[in-house]
Amino acid sequence: METITTHQHADLHRDDTAAKLGMWLFIFTEILLFGGLFIVYSVYRFKNPVAFELAHEELSITMGFINTIILLVSSATVAISITAMQKNDRKITLAMLGITLLLALVFLINKYFEWGGKFEHGMYPGSELMKNLSNGDMLFFSLYFFMTGLHGVHILIGMILLGITLVKVKTGAVNSGKYALLENSGLYWHLVDLIWIFLFPLFYLIH
Amino acid sequence: MEEQTEHKYLPNYLEYRGKYKGLAGWLTTTDHKRIGLLYFYSMMVFFLAGVVMGILMKLELISPGEQIMGAQVYNGLFTLHGLTMIFLFVIPGVAAVYGNFFLPILIGAKDVSFPRLNLMSWYLYIIGAIVVLTSQFMGDGPPDTGWTFYAPYSLKTQTNVVAAVTGAFILGFSSILTGLNFIVTMHRLRAPGMGWLRMPLFAWALYGTGWIQLLATPIVGITFLMVIAERLLGIGFFDPAIGGDPILYQHLFWIYSHPAVYIMILPAMGAITEIIPTFARKTIFGYTAIVISSMAIAFVGYFVWGHHMFTSGMSSTSRWVFSLLTFLVAIPSAIKVFNWTATLYKGSINIKTPFLWAICFIFVFMIGGFSGLVLGSLATDIHVHDTAFVVAHFHYIVFGGTGFAFFAALHYWYPKMFAKVYNPKIANLGLFIFFVGFNLLYFPMFYLGMIGMPRRYYDYLPMFHNANILSTIGSWIMATGLLIVIINLVRARRGTGKEVNDPWDGKTLEWTIASPPIVENFEEIPVVDHGPYEY
Repeated sequence: METITTHQHADLHRDDTAAKLGMWLFIFTEILLFGGLFIVYSVYRFKNPVAFELAHEELSITMGFINTIILLVSSATVAISITAMQKNDRKITLAMLGITLLLALVFLINKYFEWGGKFEHGMYPGSELMKNLSNGDMLFFSLYFFMTGLHGVHILIGMILLGITLVKVKTGAVNSGKYALLENSGLYWHLVDLIWIFLFPLFYLIH
Repeated sequence: MEEQTEHKYLPNYLEYRGKYKGLAGWLTTTDHKRIGLLYFYSMMVFFLAGVVMGILMKLELISPGEQIMGAQVYNGLFTLHGLTMIFLFVIPGVAAVYGNFFLPILIGAKDVSFPRLNLMSWYLYIIGAIVVLTSQFMGDGPPDTGWTFYAPYSLKTQTNVVAAVTGAFILGFSSILTGLNFIVTMHRLRAPGMGWLRMPLFAWALYGTGWIQLLATPIVGITFLMVIAERLLGIGFFDPAIGGDPILYQHLFWIYSHPAVYIMILPAMGAITEIIPTFARKTIFGYTAIVISSMAIAFVGYFVWGHHMFTSGMSSTSRWVFSLLTFLVAIPSAIKVFNWTATLYKGSINIKTPFLWAICFIFVFMIGGFSGLVLGSLATDIHVHDTAFVVAHFHYIVFGGTGFAFFAALHYWYPKMFAKVYNPKIANLGLFIFFVGFNLLYFPMFYLGMIGMPRRYYDYLPMFHNANILSTIGSWIMATGLLIVIINLVRARRGTGKEVNDPWDGKTLEWTIASPPIVENFEEIPVVDHGPYEY
């Protein structure tokens, strides 16, 4: 048989614009994923206006507010890290990515205490207390745990992405000539932030 | 690089040996053509399994009373038949197989934009399939909810719903990533000179499909996650006993699942649009109209889901709005049919197997489409809702549409994919038997539905007996035809074929390259200076 030469396959080509376009499209799907939940939220809030308003008083606005500030700052730091990379300042890029990761961690710790407080009072999905709640309260807390939980999962995914990026910046695989991964992780992190910006008023600031 | 390779032998995608040999080479491939075939083979396995389930159900319905299975087995079987056929065959269907294989070639690219993501989509497909199928063997028995998982029954039944729903969620991811990949590919990798309005219409169909996959699938994804959470954690979303709203479940489910039928049918229409001009030896009639109608179907199709719920409890305003929109979405589909037939007019028609499949497609698709309008009208829908009429309509559209187009495309592109030639006489005979069996199987169900036979029961009243016998016999004839078609293709694959680069005298880019295509498709990326169908 003929000698078969090894040669580069097309997957080795590089197209940063395509990578970013792909990330934007993926972000659309994420927004729609939460969009489904926002629909469910609106329907049930419309049906149980009083219960939702009373139930939200169980949540601590201070905790939610702190977490909002944390995420807003982390969005800023991740944006700074990209600008720093464009200016070829690896040190600041690394520092800013590090701070972003740290803030994400603080957010989760905050969330841990918030959820933990609820659990201590016997308030968690499937608990006796929750089963005995009135319908409106039950729906509010089901949605609260489900939506903030799913958002927490997205924080974790974002942290993994940022972590990988951090390592690659360190090794030089992501550099000032090739930083689509950094931009994409940054985009994803802004998405995580954006969703929280909607969750915070929906659960904590109802009037 | 071009200068070096000009006189060198270039391996085709079937014999190319990368890092790994044999099966491992296939399982680690990032070549869009090989991934297309991975989808093809796995999909054929699921499809044939689904056919067997269908035949068993028809056998049960040959006369009233219990024949070969009881109610619970029958319920499990129509659920699994639906899950397999919808999530594992027709939703990925034409797009995953022929889209993967031919989209990059049709637009003059070496591969899709994200080849590794493409391979991952196939793995997600397989993992999803396995998870769906484990629901049959683990937990408390096969799910018996139907493929729609309607609440609150899907929350209350003791059967293994969680596994089936989780599998469907994973399959959704696979679908999203394929759509995303195709959209980016069309934006970034069109050959020089190939403007948007020079793209072959199959590519346009995939573009519309990609957007539906992106924008609709997440909704059902989150809905399935809520069902899982509700079952596992006992929190209330859809169970009316704890304040949930089962109608809301139906809305969320159909927000995806109606556009999903356009995920099934758009690529199928696209494949037919490639076949018709090639065998009419004439440029396609109304290129721009077809492009616009593809995008219009993708857009309007998003807003018609309520027509599945006319009897479930909706305000009369929303019912007539949904009914109106349903009639509107029929218009772009009809435009396509007009364009196909107008292309045939005064063409020099070359009657070959793919063309015959395409003509049969138009025939059954029309019946499916018109019966859809019966269901889209408020008054008649009340009469035939949840009867065999719906089953007949659905199979005429989905099996008659996507299924026929799948085989039309297979017979059309077979010589390109494998560089083998099948026996056209046997292929035509198989199609003829298949077509007769198909109509005998499903047409009586229109009648049965009109006289009131409900769907999804293993048993029925004696008054429905005669038409059911016809239908069951039809299922045997159809299976025979299918068997002939498949055996013919398998034999051709094994046989020694002639290497023909352009057996149909087609004009799109895939016919300008070698059969089977070389690994990078083109020795040199072509420069396009004319539209796709210039005869």
